[in-house]
Amino acid sequence: MSSSGKPDIPAPLTNLKIQYTKIFINNEWHGSVSGKKFPVLNPATEEIICHVEEGDKEDVDKAVKAARQAFQIGSPWRTMDASARGRLLFKLADLIERDRLLLATMEAMNAGKIFSNAYLMDVSGAIRALQYCAGWADKIQGRTIPADGDVFTYTRHEPIGVCGQIIPWNFPLIMLIWKIAPALSCGNTVVVKPAEQTPLTALHVASLIKEVGKLIKEAAGKSNLKRVTLELGGKSPCIVFADADLNSAVEYAHHGVFYHQGQCCVAASRLFVEEPIYDEFVRRSVERAKKYVLGNPLTGGVNQGPQIDKEQHDKILDLIESGKKEGAKLECGGGPWGNKGYFVQPTVFSNVRDDMRIAKEEIFGPVQQIMKFKSLDDVIKRANNTHYGLAAGIFTKDLDKAMTVSSALQAGTVWVNCYLAGSSQSPFGGFKMSGNGREMGEYGLHEYTEVKTVTVKISQKNS
Amino acid sequence: MLRAAATLGPSLGRRLLSAAATQAVPAPNQQPEIFYNKIFIDNEWHDAVSKKTFPTVNPATGEVICQVAEGDKALETLDNGKPYVISYLVDLDMVLKCLRYYAGWADKYHGKTIPIDGDFFSYTRHEPVGVCGQIIPWNFPLLMQAWKLGPALATGNVVVMKVAEQTPLTALYVANLIKEAGFPPGVVNIVPGFGPTAGAAVASHEDVDKVAFTGSTEIGRLIQVAAGSSNLKRVTLELGGKSPNIIMSDADMDWAVEQAHFALFFNQGQCCCAGSRTFVQEDVYNEFVERSVARAKSRVVGNPFDSKTEQGPQVDETQFKKILGYINSGKQEGAKLLCGGGPAADRGYYIQPTVFGDVQDGMTIAKEEIFGPVMQILKFKTIEEVVGRANNSSYGLAAAVFTKDLDKANYLSQALQAGTVWVNCYDVFGAQSPFGGYKMSGSGRELGEYGLQAYTEVKTVTVKIPQKNS
Repeated sequence: MSSSGKPDIPAPLTNLKIQYTKIFINNEWHGSVSGKKFPVLNPATEEIICHVEEGDKEDVDKAVKAARQAFQIGSPWRTMDASARGRLLFKLADLIERDRLLLATMEAMNAGKIFSNAYLMDVSGAIRALQYCAGWADKIQGRTIPADGDVFTYTRHEPIGVCGQIIPWNFPLIMLIWKIAPALSCGNTVVVKPAEQTPLTALHVASLIKEVGKLIKEAAGKSNLKRVTLELGGKSPCIVFADADLNSAVEYAHHGVFYHQGQCCVAASRLFVEEPIYDEFVRRSVERAKKYVLGNPLTGGVNQGPQIDKEQHDKILDLIESGKKEGAKLECGGGPWGNKGYFVQPTVFSNVRDDMRIAKEEIFGPVQQIMKFKSLDDVIKRANNTHYGLAAGIFTKDLDKAMTVSSALQAGTVWVNCYLAGSSQSPFGGFKMSGNGREMGEYGLHEYTEVKTVTVKISQKNS
Repeated sequence: MLRAAATLGPSLGRRLLSAAATQAVPAPNQQPEIFYNKIFIDNEWHDAVSKKTFPTVNPATGEVICQVAEGDKALETLDNGKPYVISYLVDLDMVLKCLRYYAGWADKYHGKTIPIDGDFFSYTRHEPVGVCGQIIPWNFPLLMQAWKLGPALATGNVVVMKVAEQTPLTALYVANLIKEAGFPPGVVNIVPGFGPTAGAAVASHEDVDKVAFTGSTEIGRLIQVAAGSSNLKRVTLELGGKSPNIIMSDADMDWAVEQAHFALFFNQGQCCCAGSRTFVQEDVYNEFVERSVARAKSRVVGNPFDSKTEQGPQVDETQFKKILGYINSGKQEGAKLLCGGGPAADRGYYIQPTVFGDVQDGMTIAKEEIFGPVMQILKFKTIEEVVGRANNSSYGLAAAVFTKDLDKANYLSQALQAGTVWVNCYDVFGAQSPFGGYKMSGSGRELGEYGLQAYTEVKTVTVKIPQKNS
């Protein structure tokens, strides 16, 4: 949850110097094979922060070759103690902590993130996820198995190999860590392609990896994968029953859709409110949205920054127009803000019907849709009536409703009387077209593990 | 435990010592100041209620160090007598690894949600047990403290630790670090004292939920009785051993001799899992004995602060006398004394590295735990025979097999009644792998994920729901 300026945090760095703008392979910095570079923008000002080397297929090939080499049997990485892998990840967490202010400033500037969120949530979340996965490194255990016959059977949980990881621009630092931490903890090597909009924090972390030790080989590029895990979009429903704590539900639902300018895969973008409290809920939600201060995310007291780029900005405005045209009631907002930067006014629609575009398509912007419902069975059906299935929220004080609805919803994470409560310890991922596989928690390790069964003939088996 | 030591090969002791010589190990402070010599409760230092103090003795000289006080990193050697180089490179290294390992488990010990019959939602919570009494020995003071604190604190328990009266100093130093680290007051409490008083009080206390004890089998029995007679507190025990080390005729001879030597003599023979019955297959028996005697004769006994020393003194006078008693029984009962056999110096509790050959299963030195630098070598013919003889013991802590043959290795590791079986190695420990005894060597396991079980109380919660769907 965002809350600007609660604990005392330092001011963002002024005059931030971007040191790392190249391709990172084998702990070294390389120019692109083609010589091409591309600009990286500040979405609050539309100004160019710097230029970064542009990797293409040839650069990817270099990176994969390096990663494959580092993965060979007998290599330092393969022969290293698992606990030592963990130590390296812990050290990386320490260095991120050391560079917290720099990374938070960079993230806020490049991704348009509110600085206090970047400092308190993004960098902290990255550190904790790293520490969590570091702890798993020497606890990835296979089994010995009572197989039939005179055999001794066991499994080894081996790393898979070279893992290509493509990460988005909405939480650049955290998404980087969520990918590399479990992969490295399990002993893999990685080739990471950060989003073109937000490469800077990933490249800074690459420099920290070099500082940690010569033994993790890393690179930036794309690659072709056999095993695929996907974390995709969502149109996550929030269901508010009449017996819910109203204030709390309004607040959670609000943050659920407006956090980070609505650019969250789990955004609570379909809000189903039970008829008896519907009007009051809409009134309070609008009041809450109207309080927002928009502006440069590095400035204190700002609640909402810009969208990431022009493409997103235009797409959001287009969907808002569709909402107006298809007959939803515009309660507040409804257009762009300011004469510079990709800002959109916090927007609330009520009387939204399930068949409207704004009720079906992922907007990824600061636009809240509020719908009315009558019966429990009905709202479950409507909530599940989507190709997506990433997350969901339920607000009720009733035990039976909580149990019934959480079991029935087709979503990878169901929040009860809260929203956006994430942790490194709990697995996260989507049902249906929101993706496959889980990240974080112990389950998150499965994607990065190849199970080998070894069966040895013995002269006589005894239990 | 001695992963660092064990990977160094036949000249392991020497390699460790040369590491010290080439400054891999900082020089010890042989006269450290002792700062912490009181009882640690609620993150504060208290005198004993009775105002009593007891002396802690330097076993290298027989002199009193202090009336239980504070210290620095040379403390372990000063208090226990183990060679400083080993303290620094092995004990401390393992302490750090153990604590880091368990720190990683703190947020990963999952309960389960369970597909129970009926319209119910059922799940388990892994809760801490509560107040854990932990009684630790003098042979690896710091390490035993870490083995106990790691799993207990990772799972959320609180601790009352009774440290050995022979070696309280390093544990008390760590108590101050616990305060510095930021543990809330009352989470870890440390009481130096004696077994029959402080230890017994912990084992029979009505408000202690669990007791964990590492020490002799004799005292382990008393702990279990006390637990049962008071509030049925949960009990885990790590007790003694008479671990068999089986050398097959196809073993790598050089390696087997060095490892068998290390298995017995490490830490002045004061290891619960010491390989104190070395069974050698008859084809290679004579050569093995000859080489083992030569190796024992070359073992350097001396001041533990001297970087050339391999073997320091025994921990105290009681142990010293007891070991000499066992050596005498060996001589009297007809074992062949091949080297050593008595004290090694006029001052301090030093004993010569001693080797007995032609030991028979019925001899006292073949049955009882000596806990000193006294090696027993026995002869055997067949693999089936040695399994029977190795298992013919009320103990069952560890065992080892030296062979190049895949089938023999699998056969023996399956058949031996021991909590740990080492194949072509000895005393290899990792925080990741559980350790504990069969039979009268104890109950429960320490280290690894298994080590969390004893510190966890499982609660099942079952909730009625309107309709169960899978």
